[in-house]
Amino acid sequence: MVRTHIHLSYDGSFEGFLTCIFIIFEEKLTVAAISYSEELQPDMFSKIEMVATDVEKANRVKAGLEKRGSEAVLKKIHHAFLSEQTGIEMKLLSFIKLIFTSKTPVDKDFSNPVVLEIAQVAKMVHREKHRMEAFIRFKLTKDDIFFAVIEPDFNVLPLILDHFEKRYADQNWIIYDLKRKIGLYYNLQQTNYISVEITKNSDLNAQNSDVYKTEELEFEQLWQQYFKSTNIKSRVNMRLHVQHVPKRYWKYLTEKSSWQN
Amino acid sequence: MSFERIKEKLDILADAAKYDISCSSSGSKRSNKNKGLGNSDGVGICHSYTEDGRCVSLLKILLTNHCIFDCAYCVTRKSNDIKRAAFKVEEVVSLTMNFYRRNYIEGLFLSSGIFNSPDHTMERLVQVAKKLRLEENFNGYIHLKSIPGASDELMREAGLYADRLSVNIEIPTISGLKLLAPDKKHEDFIKPMEAVKNSIQLYQSEKKLIRSTPKYAPAGQSTQMIVGATGESDRDVMYSAAYYYKKFQMKRVYYSGYIPIAQDSRLPALGSPVPLLRENRLYQTDWLLRFYGFDIRELLNEENQNLDLEIDPKLSWALRNLDLFPIDINRADKNLITRIPGIGLKSVYKIIEARRYNKLNWDHLKKIGIAVNRAKYFITCDSKDFEKRDLTAVKIKGLILQNSTSKFRKDYSNQLSLFEAKW
Repeated sequence: MVRTHIHLSYDGSFEGFLTCIFIIFEEKLTVAAISYSEELQPDMFSKIEMVATDVEKANRVKAGLEKRGSEAVLKKIHHAFLSEQTGIEMKLLSFIKLIFTSKTPVDKDFSNPVVLEIAQVAKMVHREKHRMEAFIRFKLTKDDIFFAVIEPDFNVLPLILDHFEKRYADQNWIIYDLKRKIGLYYNLQQTNYISVEITKNSDLNAQNSDVYKTEELEFEQLWQQYFKSTNIKSRVNMRLHVQHVPKRYWKYLTEKSSWQN
Repeated sequence: MSFERIKEKLDILADAAKYDISCSSSGSKRSNKNKGLGNSDGVGICHSYTEDGRCVSLLKILLTNHCIFDCAYCVTRKSNDIKRAAFKVEEVVSLTMNFYRRNYIEGLFLSSGIFNSPDHTMERLVQVAKKLRLEENFNGYIHLKSIPGASDELMREAGLYADRLSVNIEIPTISGLKLLAPDKKHEDFIKPMEAVKNSIQLYQSEKKLIRSTPKYAPAGQSTQMIVGATGESDRDVMYSAAYYYKKFQMKRVYYSGYIPIAQDSRLPALGSPVPLLRENRLYQTDWLLRFYGFDIRELLNEENQNLDLEIDPKLSWALRNLDLFPIDINRADKNLITRIPGIGLKSVYKIIEARRYNKLNWDHLKKIGIAVNRAKYFITCDSKDFEKRDLTAVKIKGLILQNSTSKFRKDYSNQLSLFEAKW
């Protein structure tokens, strides 16, 4: 029996997605959709199959992509995947099919719309990764943890882990993604994913002396002073300013957040 | 330390340092050892941007704004009646560490007014860098200002702790320097540049033989020129820049549009607008030199002493050399594609890669992201549709300006009349 119009559902992880890819190739499936189980919208023509994440299968796909494509190809797929855009899985599937079926490398054929789009989405995610490396602001808590909250458009935590681990090797730190309710916690030995109870209403301002050390507010004020003093008024160009520091990031930027102004 | 006093010092000494426009934190690899603080992987990060749109990557401050010199273009000149302050070495170290730990900055850019003597000043700057590296195990970025007149020995030591060293030439012409900074000699600027260049070469060649040779100013040196203070031409500015790039292997030359800070008959009046557009065109020219394979004489010469403010310098050049166009996107050499107006380096890369697979047409080129409005007069691609009229340079320029909106449009007439009125 030919199985068509199948709708695969997975747990939202990259490994889960790659497991879907493995099954599609192994069983020669024609799928109508691949989606994260929570955003599932059943339609009456397709049959939903839950795919259990299998790290071994995922690793085989990774190895295959590195072999048929390159390390850069795998990285590009991972970046694009983390965009969490609706329908990105099917686009990645066509991209991966291209990689596996073409005899010559295709990942740089920017005249192919699929290749160009994946490259552009991956680039967007990469840009936000870089922005997070720039815009994260730590505050020192009473128990000596440098703590930061973020709400990035894309799921960049897995991409920034390495950067922060290398840079802040001698201090405890937490970077918490409020949108996805998951964080990174580095405890001087290693970095783990954690989940903590923070709501959007929690008082995370440096003034909150129940949470932060008293000097924290002073350093924030020094930083705000510096930010103000280093500006050249006769050259003000707010358009350029907002282009570089988009407003959606202001909330957690010590020098831009509104409570102090 | 008293918080209020530190805040006041920070205000004064950041305010005084802001005219140094470099805030680069790239080009130096310094990896974290023994679980210290900081790691530079060669890619700079702008942690914020000021309201004037400039990158904030480093804590950029003066150690002190006390100064024995009286340079007309400088806010900290000794005759200027302003608040003076000085940081202690420990205060700078503590600010740097605490800002870095909170991910505010990539590192420190420390400059200073010259107090007592050049050597005395340089020694203090070196002390800060040394303390950060040796006592605090700090692997972030450090940019130190080379103080004109400091001894070679101190300059050598500075490079062992700093990633970048810079001395600002400030005034692009020697005659301008005599006029505005009578206390300073041209040689005083050149000497530290020469010393740093020689040390960089020495350490690099030793490193080839002995791997444990320490790093010396791995991000190289840079300099800055003020434009629009002495009536110099764009050719004067860019020929100086090209000279410094070549002679001292500068990593960067920065151009800083003069900001009127004093009532002085030798300088543009207070309230004159900062020549931002001119500055922008100079940077575009600088990029053409460093990344696009242009020789400065192609862009500025006896016939063309100043850049066209209305259009970018690459387009200007192309309009003067219409005989080289149109260029076939699908066949031309990479160097030629790089020279087409409206096509940047990233698009060049995509074009070169993509044309291996397919003949590219207008649709491909648009999606790749070239500025078709400018490029279309200079290229042919896989399409019968291309510019067939025999247009003159003036006509093309008119058409391009007609079909584009520039944020600078309102400035053209203003700035031009201002320049003419003054010089």
